[in-house]
Amino acid sequence: MSAWDETDPLREVLSRSLSLVEDLSFAEVKRWKQAHPGQLAVGYMPIYVPRPMLEAIGCLPVAVFGGGGPPAIIPGGSAFQAVTCPIPPPTPELSLPGRLDCIDGMLFPSICDVIRNLGGIWKMLFPERYGAYVDLPQNFDPAIGGKFYGQEIRRIARELAARGAKPLQDDALRAAIKRENSRRAALEALDELRQKEPWRLRASEAYLLARAGSVLDTETHEALLREALEQAPKRAARVYDNVRVVVRGSFCEQPPLGLIRTLEAAGCDIVDDDFQLGLRSLSGDIDESPDVDPVEALSKAFVTRGVPTASRYIGEEEKGRALVDQVRATGAEGVIFAAASFCDPALLDQPMLEGALDRAKVPHTSLKFGENTGQFQVIKEQAGAFSDAVKLWGSAA
Amino acid sequence: MTTVTQSAATAHEAAEKDTSQVEQKRMIADHFEKLTRAKAEGKKVVYTFVPGNLTELIGALDMLPVLPEINALQSGMRKKSGAYIAEAEKSGHSEDVCTYVKCDLGMLKNGNIGPTGTKIPSPDLLLLSYTGCFTFMKWFEILKEEYKCPVVMLHVPYQSDGEITPEMRQYVVDQLRDVVIPAMEEVAGKKLDMKELARRLALSKQAEDDLVAVWESAQNRPSPIDGYFGGVYYIGPIFSAFRGTEDAVTYYRMLRGEVEARVKAGEGPMTPDGPAHEERYRLVVEGPPNWTHFNDFWRMFSREGATIVASTYTRVGGLYDTGFRHNPESPLESLADYCLGCYTNLGLPTRTDLLESYIKRYKADGFLINSVKSCNSFSAGQLVMLRELEKRTGVPGGFIESDLVDPRYFGKANIENRLQSYLQMLEARRGRASA
Ligand code: SF4
Ligand code: SF4
Repeated sequence: MSAWDETDPLREVLSRSLSLVEDLSFAEVKRWKQAHPGQLAVGYMPIYVPRPMLEAIGCLPVAVFGGGGPPAIIPGGSAFQAVTCPIPPPTPELSLPGRLDCIDGMLFPSICDVIRNLGGIWKMLFPERYGAYVDLPQNFDPAIGGKFYGQEIRRIARELAARGAKPLQDDALRAAIKRENSRRAALEALDELRQKEPWRLRASEAYLLARAGSVLDTETHEALLREALEQAPKRAARVYDNVRVVVRGSFCEQPPLGLIRTLEAAGCDIVDDDFQLGLRSLSGDIDESPDVDPVEALSKAFVTRGVPTASRYIGEEEKGRALVDQVRATGAEGVIFAAASFCDPALLDQPMLEGALDRAKVPHTSLKFGENTGQFQVIKEQAGAFSDAVKLWGSAA
Repeated sequence: MTTVTQSAATAHEAAEKDTSQVEQKRMIADHFEKLTRAKAEGKKVVYTFVPGNLTELIGALDMLPVLPEINALQSGMRKKSGAYIAEAEKSGHSEDVCTYVKCDLGMLKNGNIGPTGTKIPSPDLLLLSYTGCFTFMKWFEILKEEYKCPVVMLHVPYQSDGEITPEMRQYVVDQLRDVVIPAMEEVAGKKLDMKELARRLALSKQAEDDLVAVWESAQNRPSPIDGYFGGVYYIGPIFSAFRGTEDAVTYYRMLRGEVEARVKAGEGPMTPDGPAHEERYRLVVEGPPNWTHFNDFWRMFSREGATIVASTYTRVGGLYDTGFRHNPESPLESLADYCLGCYTNLGLPTRTDLLESYIKRYKADGFLINSVKSCNSFSAGQLVMLRELEKRTGVPGGFIESDLVDPRYFGKANIENRLQSYLQMLEARRGRASA
């Protein structure tokens, strides 16, 4: 049954997005492969990877998530101890029942120790399948970190070409960068809409629309986003007396959809978040001009215009300033930290971000979610108390 | 990570002391003395991490290193870590994250008193050698807020495919030359003398040769060393403040002499209760030890006649037994290779290969994983390694869980039971084999 009213102009596009998000069998990826015989589908752990490079060599980038979504089947023993974040237990073993059979290789971007080790596990469990660690630079000088990252991009392109992808060509990469820029503009328009009129497009809906891109090529995804942008203004305007909040900490493992909806039901309009960070990791366009080496353009965009997140070194900058700025820019009244349990980067970052918010007198609260968190009553009460306190006193106290 | 008990003091109090241990104790006391006087004497202090530490570089610029991981493990051994961790958690740090970080923060909030009872000076520079553990980055971001001092990042690419490519090496060299050294020179207030750096690297190489000879001695039966519990003492000087010094050369020469004498005499290793009497099991261990109950943990093995013939933990601050040595001829490339080669910077398949080679080379009866809750860098995926190693070697693996410095996660009875059942299984297997 659809969660949206029959008269809702967004019903169709949102229902389609929901079914893409909930389909753990990757039916859409299989369809794509049938339509593109001989081309590869390349999975990646769901933060940033150089997607335009993958598309330029004819691959479909597919974001593979952990256990926060619908229950995943875990046959046999787990590869991980109980004290690890919810990402890995289902991920490598998704393959065992044949679920990831349509994925020809996996990329593991350098986000944390768990994903890093997961890359090693993938290689040990599936030696015949492609697996690569994407070492994202923590030095942001284009001549040092940028150069290294450009070499990484070319290495992975070469290795995939040896497995049947097309060789990396400048024109194809420029075209893919152009498509990525255009999709990003659509995502930005979506963000703007929900910031200005959260009643017209709820965060949980924007989330579905963005996450649907996990299994779509850039062009198809952009078309879906544009469709939503076209339909959203037709929705009847309703104004809620909600608190505007920013949610942080879910940049990798995604909270269950029910959790995002629970925050909304508890009186919060999520005007900014770090869900689906993989699609939003760069601020501004990637240079698509014909006289610039497109690999350099891609690597330079990463080193010079990456958005701040826990797994990116901030150097001498003040920790948390970007979050405070974002709170101000979006007119948010508070911040909710929602991290996966045992997520090192998010949880180690949190006290520093909380400190910055305290100094800026921005109210905040925090919660953790585990694998398949299904019971949201406690979270509802906590978020409700937070939004009430912010509404009444402008603080979480 | 993680490492090293710098002080030979606590664990061996009751045991007989080798001359090398006495020497190590003197070196450590001397270093902490220097740290105590540092501010008064205008010496600059650099905090850094054990894996990927650039001790020769720090020394060549006449600065003094402090390794917060070692302070944390020392706090664990001195039974102070529980309270420190509780304090950090009270101030908002999550239960779920690395306890080294929380222990260090708790210590800082309690006056930063080091293992010798004196205050450790605040850093003039945080040298973030980002080698194989993401927590390092967060740790120094947190310390930067506390100390308000500069931080310099050295990003060391991860050896996911078990090789150091020219691009990886060049990336580290570029950073050393253009970012790290200039930042260090600025704090030190002097230019780096490359000759002095090369001199120190030559000293490192000498000590490394002797350390490897010590590791290799475990091929003897009985093994004259315990390569895990005893091993953490052996790595103390080389993983901390002393690599590239004459002191370290003297220490490792002395240690090697003692070990060779034990081989000649057919003696086993030292244990917390004195010399080992019997070698019943030869084991390889993966994972860091627990520090809050270090001697209890050690005794669980030594009293059963179980000697650890090799361990991966003792390679976190440098992996020398596969051939790497610091090279005075090419200082920056050599520092890059050192950082790239630390155990924590190796991919899971390479770690598994290394363990397999240890099991075979040291003719181990079994291998054991001590999976620590704190540390995803070490622990995530160890169960896959275990299954793979059993498959490859036919040697049975054991699995226990504890933590580095959080006493709440050391279940003594549980660990003891598991270990005993594991050793009994080895015994039964041996019985079946001889029958
Ligand atoms: S949820 Fe956190 S700890 Fe887990 S894989 Fe993602 S970033 Fe790493
Ligand atoms: S996570 Fe592990 S390697 Fe990293 S600092 Fe903590 S104990 Fe050391």
